[in-house]
This record gives sequence, C-alpha cells and structure tokens, in this order.
Amino acid sequence: MKRAFFSLVRRDVALAVQIGGGGGMAVFFFFVTVTLMPLGIGPNLNLLGQIAPGLLWVALLLSSLLTLDRLFQADFEDGTLDVLSMGSLPLELAVVAKILSHWLTTGLPLVIAAPILGLLLNLEEHQFMPLVLAMLIGSPALSLMGAIGAALTVSVRRGGLLASLLVMPFYIPVLIFGVATASAGAMPGATAQATALLGAVTLVSIVVGPWASAAALRANLKA
Amino acid sequence: MNPMSSPTFTQRFHAFANPARFMGLSDRLIAPCAVVTALLISAGFWFALVNSPADYQQGESVRIMYVHVPSAWLGMMGYMVMAGASIVALVLRHPLADVAAKSAAPIGAAFCFLALVTGSLWGKPMWGTWWVWDARLTSMLILLFLYFGYIALWATIEEPQRAGRAAAILALVGSINVPIVHYSVVWWNTLHQPASVFRADGPTIAPEMLLPLMLMALGFTFFFVTLLMLRMRAEILRRRVRVLQLALGEV
Amino acid sequence: MGEYFSMGGYAAFVWSAYGMTVFVMLALVIATCLDIAIQKKRLDALESNGARKRAPARPSAQTASEQ
Repeated sequence: MKRAFFSLVRRDVALAVQIGGGGGMAVFFFFVTVTLMPLGIGPNLNLLGQIAPGLLWVALLLSSLLTLDRLFQADFEDGTLDVLSMGSLPLELAVVAKILSHWLTTGLPLVIAAPILGLLLNLEEHQFMPLVLAMLIGSPALSLMGAIGAALTVSVRRGGLLASLLVMPFYIPVLIFGVATASAGAMPGATAQATALLGAVTLVSIVVGPWASAAALRANLKA
Repeated sequence: MNPMSSPTFTQRFHAFANPARFMGLSDRLIAPCAVVTALLISAGFWFALVNSPADYQQGESVRIMYVHVPSAWLGMMGYMVMAGASIVALVLRHPLADVAAKSAAPIGAAFCFLALVTGSLWGKPMWGTWWVWDARLTSMLILLFLYFGYIALWATIEEPQRAGRAAAILALVGSINVPIVHYSVVWWNTLHQPASVFRADGPTIAPEMLLPLMLMALGFTFFFVTLLMLRMRAEILRRRVRVLQLALGEV
Repeated sequence: MGEYFSMGGYAAFVWSAYGMTVFVMLALVIATCLDIAIQKKRLDALESNGARKRAPARPSAQTASEQ
C-alpha cells in the first residue's frame, strides 16, 4: 500500500510538472494580486506594512482556490478516478496522495513566493519568519479543505468557481489564525495561541478533508 | 409473528419513506399548521407593535428585536434541520431526508438574510452604522454564504440522487466547521476589540418583552414547519415530473 | 395615530424591518405555491401525454406482428 501511495504521489507530481501551468500560474496569480493591492490602496509603505500579513494571506487563499479543479477533474474525465476507487489503495488514501502532490506543486511554491512578495508590501522584518511558518502550517489545510469543494463539483463542467465558493467559508479560520501569527496582535501571547489554533485547524482538516472528499468522489462516480 | 402487532419504530420510520404517504400526511397537516402559524404571528405582531412597552434606552426601535432575534434563531435552526436531515440521508439512507434538507435550505437562508437586514436596521439608529464587524453579525454572514453554497450545489448537479448525496456531504462538513468558524470569528473579534463596550445584545429582556418575543419565535417556527412541508411536496412533484420526462424521452 | 406610526422617530427603521419580514415570508409562500402549481400542471400534461403516446402504439404493434 505504501508503494501504491507514493507512486500515485510521484505520478501526480510528474504530471503537474510536465503539463505545467498549475504551480507556476498560481505563483504568477499570487504576484499579480499582490501588485494590485498597492495600485488600489495607494503606495503608502507605512499603511501597506501594517496590513501586509492580511493582504498576503488573502492573496494566498485566492491563489489556492484557482488551482482546485486540477485536483480531480482530469482523472475523473479520463476514468482514472474509477480505477483508483476500485484499486487496492483505499480511496481516502488516494485522495491524500493527490492532495499531497497538489500541495507540493502548488501550495509549497506559493509559500516560497510569499516572503518575496512581503518585500513588495513592506512587511516588517520580524514578521517574515512567523508568516512563512504560519503559511507552511496553514497551506496544507487549504489544499485539504479545498479538495472537498473540488470533489463535490467534479462532475460539473466548469465547476471551479462553485468549488471555490463552497470552500471559502472553511478557509476563514485558516485566514484568521494565519494572519494573527504574523501580526503583533493587541494581546500578548496571541501569536502563540494563534499558531497553536492554526495547527489544530490543519489537524482537523487532515481528518475531515480526505474523508469528505472520498465520499463526494464516490457519490459522483456512482450513477 | 403476530401479524396484528403494532408496527415497530423502524417500520413506522420507513412508512414515511414512501412519498405517497408523505403527501397524504402533509395534506392533512399543512392546513392546521398554517392556521396555528397565522394565529401565532398575528398575536406576535400585535404584542410586538402595539401591546408592549418601549425601551427606556432604545425607545421604539427595540421593537425591531421582535423580528430580528427570532429570524436569527430560525436562521440557525434551519441549518441544524438541514444538517440533521443530511445525516439521516447519508447514514440511514431515508429517501425523503435529502428532500427535507433541500427544502429547508431556502427557508433558513431567508431567515438568515432577514436577521442580517433587520439587524442592520436596528443597528443604524443604535450604533450609528449600517454594519459592524462584530462576532455575531460576521458569523451570521458566513452562515448565509454556507446556505448559498449549499443551494448552489443542488442547483448545479442535475441528477437528484447524486445532488442529494453531494449536498448532504457539504452540509455535514459545514456543520463540523460552523463551530470552528464561529470560534475563530469570536477570537478574531476579541483580538481587535479587546475592550468591547457596546452590547450587541440590546436590553435585558423584561417580562413584557418576553411575551412578544416568544410568540414571534413560535410563530416563525410553525411557519418554518408549514413551509417545509409545502416545499417538500413541491420537490416530490418535481421529481415525478422528471421521472416522467425521462421515461417519455422528453428531456 | 401619526405619533404611533412615527415610532418615536424611528419609523423608517421599525417599519422597514417589519415590512421586510412580511415581504420575505410572503415571497417564500407565494414562490412555493407557484412552484407546486407549475409542477402539478406539468405532471398532468405529462400523464395525459403518456396515455396518448401509448394508445397509437398498439395498432402499429399489431401490424408489425402480422408481417
């Protein structure tokens, strides 16, 4: 089973890299979105520095949402998902494998890009490390919960927008706690609390995400 | 086995699974429920608008509370009905459960929307702004988004069985996340307003105010139940239409 | 009477709130009843259509078996 799991991860990563677009486009979108903010708000570096963590996290969320339909759609359409659902690897684990490769090729590049974009937004120096750490903890949650939206709408043509809308409310705790880890916060100890809560949210999503996604895929694969 | 023994719970439970029996049952229940609804809401309006005191702080605007608070309660109750029906649909596979969930959603969403609008109309004279990002209002807004997503999913997937299963999963994931989301919003709110002075609560409830509040709450609840039955009937009819359309090749 | 309707100056807010409530609840009821009526009409049309479609099929089935 371990072999099947990792070969699925390798296959998906290879596909994402070969076909390309997924991770690269998401990072590009991340860049563009962050660039739009000062254009809309004004180039006041002080102001930008104050709201930089929030802006970066919102842009991260939006960029993650963009790539959701890559998770299952192609495999659904060409029948691979049918094969996976009947194979020796439980569908829940197959889903975890796909989410892992999705995060490796999309979420991780976004997190790596974030500090660079932080420079553009005058992110304060002491916030860089906490921000990256928070994004490393929180971005898997985005992939895990996002998978649910992708799985629910896999049989819908052009269901990408609907998937994003379904999943957005579940992203809110990640956003709130993620931003708080980087911001000073009005209360002392809030940063540590936020990091712990963010970790808790991700842990919950590790359980809920694959279970719900597999159930949704089965529902869509049946009649 | 005694053929004349009274039906077991399981047998009675599945007796309602037959849509025809539900149609018969709802046929008998809707009219009386509607009458009770009308009576309760009329009485509620009377006491809310006429036969109750104004608040010494908020004046007459406190009367908005009598529609705002019950709407909020029903908005939340609607989601619980939806989630409960979804569990029954997924676990017990009761055939009418997903019909119930689908039918409950728009009613709950409407009350959620009403809660937000009436809350806004109450807030403007009280706090001076149409909207305030406090924990409860923000949570209620997110609940409305959850409703919209659920309704959109039903509307997008054509095949009723598949749509029902997908929607049930979404409702369950939503109900798992609602406490998490609400807690995060409360946490976020206290982070940014460490000393929150105004009370979004309104006045502590005097007994003369309790009566109209309870009447309206009960009236809204009966309204929910009545309308739920009506919407389930509509949905059952819609599915019959679809079956016939498919059979006659007219789709 | 006018003083009652002015609701101590809050007239616009209070009556808008109650008006909105009544409007939304009525709209729900009307929409649902319309829906039921539409589905019933479609159901009747389909059921009578189905009966009509089945009737002419019999003669041609007979001719087919005669061949």
